[in-house]
Amino acid sequence: MNAGQLPRWVDFGLIPLLNLTAAFLVSGLVVLIIGENPIEVVQVLLWGALGFGEGVGFTLFYATNFIFTGLAVAVAFHAGLFNIGGEGQAYIGGLGVAFACLALDQVVPWWVTMPFAIVGAALAGAAWAFIPAWLQATRGSHIVITTIMFNFIAASLMVYLLVNVIGEAGSMQPETRTFEDGGRLPFLNDFIPFADFGTAPVNLSLVLGLIACFGVWLLIWRTRLGYEIRSFGANPTAAVYAGISPVRTIVVTMLISGGLAGMMAMNEIMGSQHRLLIEFVTGYGFVGIAVALMGRAHPIGIVLAAVLFGMLYQGGAELSFEIPTITRDMIVVIQGLVILFAGALEHMFRPALVQFFTMRRLNAAQTG
Amino acid sequence: MLILRTFASVFIAVAVFSAAPAQAEPAIVYSVGGKFDGSFNESAYQGVQQYTQETGNSVREFELERDAQSRQALRNFASRGYEPVVAIGFNQANAVAAAASEFPETSFVIVDMVVEAPNVASYVFKESEGAYLGGVLAAMASESGTVGFVGGMDIPIIRRFLCGYVQGVKSVGQETEVLFNMAGDTPAAFTDPARGGELARSQAQSGADVIIQAAGGTGIGVLQTAADTGVLGIGTDSNQNGLHPGQVLTSIRKRVDRAVYDSFIAFDQGTFKPGLNVLGVKEGGMDWVLDDNNRDLITSQMQQAANAALSGISTGELVVEDLAADGSCPVS
Repeated sequence: MNAGQLPRWVDFGLIPLLNLTAAFLVSGLVVLIIGENPIEVVQVLLWGALGFGEGVGFTLFYATNFIFTGLAVAVAFHAGLFNIGGEGQAYIGGLGVAFACLALDQVVPWWVTMPFAIVGAALAGAAWAFIPAWLQATRGSHIVITTIMFNFIAASLMVYLLVNVIGEAGSMQPETRTFEDGGRLPFLNDFIPFADFGTAPVNLSLVLGLIACFGVWLLIWRTRLGYEIRSFGANPTAAVYAGISPVRTIVVTMLISGGLAGMMAMNEIMGSQHRLLIEFVTGYGFVGIAVALMGRAHPIGIVLAAVLFGMLYQGGAELSFEIPTITRDMIVVIQGLVILFAGALEHMFRPALVQFFTMRRLNAAQTG
Repeated sequence: MLILRTFASVFIAVAVFSAAPAQAEPAIVYSVGGKFDGSFNESAYQGVQQYTQETGNSVREFELERDAQSRQALRNFASRGYEPVVAIGFNQANAVAAAASEFPETSFVIVDMVVEAPNVASYVFKESEGAYLGGVLAAMASESGTVGFVGGMDIPIIRRFLCGYVQGVKSVGQETEVLFNMAGDTPAAFTDPARGGELARSQAQSGADVIIQAAGGTGIGVLQTAADTGVLGIGTDSNQNGLHPGQVLTSIRKRVDRAVYDSFIAFDQGTFKPGLNVLGVKEGGMDWVLDDNNRDLITSQMQQAANAALSGISTGELVVEDLAADGSCPVS
């Protein structure tokens, strides 16, 4: 299945749309089986995600998380690496954010803290990706295995630190103290005069995420390093032959990937929760894989996929609230179907489409 | 055209769903474990059931999928006139504080955490006192001189339970050994019966013949394995004696159901009081269960000892130490 067999609009537009439609059709069947009206369910889902300011705010808030974790997976994809460790890298990224905020929040305003928090998040996330990257590059330990294992190590480390070292003493909840204003990113409500996102915690991190998207696009398609990453991903042997260092490429790519995942903590910790707490990542790292797959590892695709998953998260919450028979497990089923069709069954419609467009091209050639 | 129609129907949906209940109806938001976790949330659910059966009123329920939804759910209920709005689990504390200040006229309840606000009633439990009773019974039932403890995660609330358990065990005999393990550090720590089973098996192999669980859904696996390997389990939060009749020594109940039921009833009768309620053994907030499923396992001696401890704690003659400020247990 080579690139270039299909027009770009089919590859990046029609195929995701078909996958999505198939996912929703199957979900609709499931909804029918449990005795609800699928049309009504879709209405509530859309309304919950986009129908009012606060819903939009939450959709964008979740999307911000997915943009970061999606970008992280995408960058690694380009080098042919499958970084499953976004979950752990984001978790440890929270540590970087928290250190910056706890140190600075009482003395300086937020815009002074922010660069330190960003650097902290990126460094911490990158550091967590470094060991798996190093092992992959020099020892051939498979990065899928090591990054998964590092997710568990991250969880243990964070529980240990929050309970025994940096947690607030005497609190039953394993978390740090709440940051003062100097450790809080402004909400979009605060600096966009006409915005009304209600209590949704969508914050400046969204802008940061979009800047990161542009940065990733620049990196992958407009720099020498990006060229090396793509060459290495397309054919490692040829890349080495061309003088690209595999160790350097793997390590640098994973550091960037881990750093992006770590920056997800900006949104959750500095943007929304204003304290470091256990389990704040709760699956965003894993969903990032689906986001990257669906977005074809391209920043624009990732933004669209991130918004879609944000809608599913927020609309899903409203849905199980409005229609109690649609339990939270049903929402997981719907989300799972979207991931299944968009990710795993990505190639289902492709052969048929390739055939269709090849035929059309041939016909056009004959008549022309 | 199709798009227009979709939008039109979306707006209709808005109109339909913003309808408020005719009279104040209570609402409850369960924590991430879900209302059928066989443990903590289920205990709350039993309180809801008792209320709906006795009064015939209905209760709106919502199960969180992740903690970030908590504030939204609480606001949704409050803004539509549901009252009181009950939040189950310490993870919801910040959300309750935020929602309570936004809706000062609505009564809120939080279980397992304290939120100081003029319209919030907080219920917290002295888990260590209940665990102490479990420790006394475990030590007396043990023939090997070794008892086990399987916790969910190494966090203060579980440590506190362990601490009370150890004190209860040591009160029977200083030489009795307590093995303890925590199931994990990820959210799965409280939802992984297989992991609970493994830990229980390894403790049984190391000689433990009574194993208590403080691990929510993971604990179901602990009790299962205990029954399979012929050692005794001890349930927590809900009455779990019936899960494996004759193989669960007892259950240390945390009466979340009473906290929920009482707050609903109090609100209906106009006697709802905000503020802190600490439910220990004395207040009937923690107890141990003796029923047909475990009657043969509890000797009269054990029953006497457990009841003596219970009344000792109630009168204040017996003090179960809580965790020290640094999170360590004064007894080990």
